[in-house]
Amino acid sequence: MKITVSETENTLYRDSFEIEGGNFNKAGIVSTSIKSLLKQMGLAAEVVRKCAIVCYESEINVVSYARKGVVNLTVNAETVLIEVVDEGPGIPNIDLAMQQGYSTADQKIREMGFGAGMGLHNINSYSDAFDISSEVGKGARLLMTINIKQ
Amino acid sequence: MKLNDVKIILDAEVIVGEEHLDLEVKTAFGADLMSDVLAFAKAGSLLLTGLTNSQVIRTANILDIAAIILVRGKKPSTETINLAKELKIPLLTTKYILFETAGRLYAKGIVGCLEKVENNSVRN
Repeated sequence: MKITVSETENTLYRDSFEIEGGNFNKAGIVSTSIKSLLKQMGLAAEVVRKCAIVCYESEINVVSYARKGVVNLTVNAETVLIEVVDEGPGIPNIDLAMQQGYSTADQKIREMGFGAGMGLHNINSYSDAFDISSEVGKGARLLMTINIKQ
Repeated sequence: MKLNDVKIILDAEVIVGEEHLDLEVKTAFGADLMSDVLAFAKAGSLLLTGLTNSQVIRTANILDIAAIILVRGKKPSTETINLAKELKIPLLTTKYILFETAGRLYAKGIVGCLEKVENNSVRN
């Protein structure tokens, strides 16, 4: 079942951030901005930290594998929703990709300190709810939910 | 201990953050794999690493790492240094290898930000 993100009357904040695929020099800029934004909103440090980590791992994935991507950030009264949608090769086998240690990363990604098959596993473990879907040849979509009251 | 004590123990050179040497630190995490750092490191810890690219600074920012100690005499690029300045993250470099860096800090009271990982899990 695909969970959709819709604006409700509970929505406190909503914005989108573009990620450039392949540009490692910029990898992390979006996550750094989102982190400081959430911090400014006065969310608890642990909530900000979880959001920042899942956002950063997702951003690294987009930069590493996709042509481009977008992060849709929605802050509601009770949750922070981080949806990352990319245009790229997609993920042929999601179960395999979710396995800790499984990776298709090249040398360049590994040189940056990533690509050890930990990313999706980290995202899943830091999210209070996680949904992933992909169409091969088109791209992938990740939806991370972080509860504001931990 | 203070970051200045860390500097003395490791005979380290301060690349960025001379003004933050009075920062109090109690814990550390050491790894070259940033995903492991993201999985395990706690806010306020020292990050000991041999990786010198800008993702080290980004990772430290995401996690609220107190300071980064580059080991094995690694020198960061200008880009990495500029990002550390921008994000106000102290960056030090020591000639000690990772094992020695960790050992010397541990002997003086710095502990790991966790002792062991839980069964087949990165957290929770």
